[in-house]
Amino acid sequence: MSQHTKALLPSMVIFTLAWRNLWRNHRRTLIMLSAITVGVWAMIFMTSLLRGMVDDMLYNGIRHLPGEVQIHQHNYRDDPSINNSMSPPEAKLLTALNMPIVKAWTSRIKVPAVIASERDSRGVILLGVDPQSEVKLGFDLDSISSGRFLQGVNDNGIVIGAKLAERLETRLGKRVVIMSQDPDNNIADRGFRVVGIYRGKLASQEEMNVYAGLQTLQKMLKLGNQISEIAITAEDYRNTHQWFSTIENATEAPQQAMPWYEADSYLSTMMVTMDGFVLVWIVVVFMTLSFGLVNTLIMAVFERTREIGLMQSLGMRPALILYQILIESFLLLLIGLVAGNLMALLTIIPLKDGIDISEVAQGMEMMGNSSVLYPALKMKDMLMANAIVIVLGLLTSLLPAWHASRLNPVEALSRN
Amino acid sequence: MNITLRMAWRNLWRHKRRTWLTVGAMIFSNLLLVFMISLQFGSYRMMIDNTLKTYTGHLQVQQKKYNDDQKMRNSFDNIIALTKKLRTQLNSNKIAARGIAFAMTSSATRSYGLQLIGVEPEFEPNISNLPGLVRQGHYFSANDAQEIIIGRVLARNLDVTIGDELTLLGSGLDGSFSAGVVKVAGIFETGNNDIDRSMAQLPLGYFQSLFSMHKQGHNIAIVADSLAQVNTLQNTVSDLIADRKELVVLDWNKLQPGLKQAIQADIASAWFMYAVLIVLVAFSVLNTQLMSVLERTREFGTMMALGVKPLRLGSLIISEAFIMSSLGLLIGVALGTATAYYMSIEGFAYPGLEEMAVKFNMSDRIYPEVSLLSIFIGPGIVFLSSLLASVYPAVRLFFLHPVSAMRAV
Repeated sequence: MSQHTKALLPSMVIFTLAWRNLWRNHRRTLIMLSAITVGVWAMIFMTSLLRGMVDDMLYNGIRHLPGEVQIHQHNYRDDPSINNSMSPPEAKLLTALNMPIVKAWTSRIKVPAVIASERDSRGVILLGVDPQSEVKLGFDLDSISSGRFLQGVNDNGIVIGAKLAERLETRLGKRVVIMSQDPDNNIADRGFRVVGIYRGKLASQEEMNVYAGLQTLQKMLKLGNQISEIAITAEDYRNTHQWFSTIENATEAPQQAMPWYEADSYLSTMMVTMDGFVLVWIVVVFMTLSFGLVNTLIMAVFERTREIGLMQSLGMRPALILYQILIESFLLLLIGLVAGNLMALLTIIPLKDGIDISEVAQGMEMMGNSSVLYPALKMKDMLMANAIVIVLGLLTSLLPAWHASRLNPVEALSRN
Repeated sequence: MNITLRMAWRNLWRHKRRTWLTVGAMIFSNLLLVFMISLQFGSYRMMIDNTLKTYTGHLQVQQKKYNDDQKMRNSFDNIIALTKKLRTQLNSNKIAARGIAFAMTSSATRSYGLQLIGVEPEFEPNISNLPGLVRQGHYFSANDAQEIIIGRVLARNLDVTIGDELTLLGSGLDGSFSAGVVKVAGIFETGNNDIDRSMAQLPLGYFQSLFSMHKQGHNIAIVADSLAQVNTLQNTVSDLIADRKELVVLDWNKLQPGLKQAIQADIASAWFMYAVLIVLVAFSVLNTQLMSVLERTREFGTMMALGVKPLRLGSLIISEAFIMSSLGLLIGVALGTATAYYMSIEGFAYPGLEEMAVKFNMSDRIYPEVSLLSIFIGPGIVFLSSLLASVYPAVRLFFLHPVSAMRAV
């Protein structure tokens, strides 16, 4: 027999012993397994719902008026008025904007305005856009429920939300008047024909955002070639920090670039808070589980006290007894994890088309969520849940295992 | 103490460690449940109170069509007279009339479209905390004063301060053109930028003349002494306005449906998590009791051979679970209540709460609400489900045959 097999033999025996011991009391093992399975399922399932919720919040927040990074005149954020406009991007910034990682960018006018139909008037946010790059940036053409989107920067029409149309009692083809102020604080007004009506994911956006052609507005507001903001997007909003600095370095005062996580502290804190919450949730579930786990192992050791004493007097080293209990715990955890993960997958996959929560839509909108919740299963979260269960599980099993290995053979043998 | 309970008590301490571990799981989850549920109650109450106190009130009397179609023309007549009548009939001062209109508001340098609210200066402070949040200047001096109260952010955006004039342009109830000049009397600061940017108030008397509303208005807001009284109050008000067929009285659920729904969504997800904890504790109890039954098979066989009925043995098992659950309940509730009570004085905060608080009109600390319900609802369910979990091990005893049981290892 080679050295290698000799060393391997005891560990194989220990493994077999642990496996068989596990099934000596199959009821107990099965109950503990169900507990671990339910626990792991709940960890992953709940986490995927929470992630889905935050993803949706971020998506709505960043994508509806798209642009993960926006450039404004530095006073604009505090005071979003026409007086805080800026010049369109020039050489240095243009080069940065055209780098390959940038998927699309666009210039906009974004000022407060009043829209009036013959029946009613409302305060809105007036957006002067370049429809071509706006669509590239993420304006969803399918959200146009009737009519069309703008066709160019000189389009004379206006696109409003369905909710706003309802409030104003206006409809496609009707005329509305837009009033705002020009840089000299004179009221600038102009009639527009409603050429399109869109449906937003959030009712508040549908009511607030009104789209018109960029140059049409520049003319109406006597802005020359000035704009309010530049919006930039890349493939994945999670990677914004990687390319933000390039844009930042290319902007010169009074222009100021800002990534979404600074512009909307609610969204970025939600993302961080959720990371923390997911961890707390997983640990809490684990702790509830751990009482049962330790209990199971203690019982397993207790009922085998004599047996362990016998094995020790036959020459089995305490370390091997420790390993045996740990392997028993490891196997228990492993099977529980596999079952829990499978169950999580089996419940999450059928829900991939979303869970209808329109019953509480107005409440969800307060949080920035739409009325369908899509669970988001993240590899990272699954790994974290599994790692926590196995690592902390083995750590908590150390106590009963150590206890078993320290039994005095003589006393253990004489125990009934 | 009867003999079953005494035996149960002694049995439990035959395996000290096992018993404490099972009780430990209960204590842990009960502590968590008491604290979390008190925290939820506290934050919901804060959300409701703060949101309703800023503007909405608990109840509003409106023209029937107004809530679905918030247009100026859906107003109703003789609003002041009706409000006075309600105040005397209900013997309450927390009732005030309001009008709502939309106007282009311009300062020397800026213009914004704004929703303007006409309020009764004498009574508005009773139903809303906004007048109390005026940080600069003062609240309205008279019901027909040409004055306006605006939020801090709006004041900054309009670039105005106390004493400056604002021009209002809008259309009146009859569709006529309305224009007026008002003086900024006060600037309030709620801490919520959305409110500080968009809310502006005028005295109702001046508001009515500016928008050619005569004696009309849009809502009468009513604040109840407590949330629990809202339903009764709503019925009373409904009877009092029965002669005005065009009016309805709506409660805060109808006025702010998002608020209740946000709470419902939160309750649903919270209970999903609680249920998981409760199920895990129940598994733990099931395991312990099943083990304790199996290892005592011989003992039980002997007892049965001596004439003890299975029912008695079953109740022994349930008694053991009962004692463990009671210990878990008492200790868990004591620790949980102590924590929740401490936090209800100190306030509880976690990273990210501040940003969330603004969205839901909360302050940046949550004060858990400690009540009998918030303390006992979670642990009560843990208690019951633990008892339930011990039913299966207990029932097994009915299928025990004394002879073979005595031979069991």
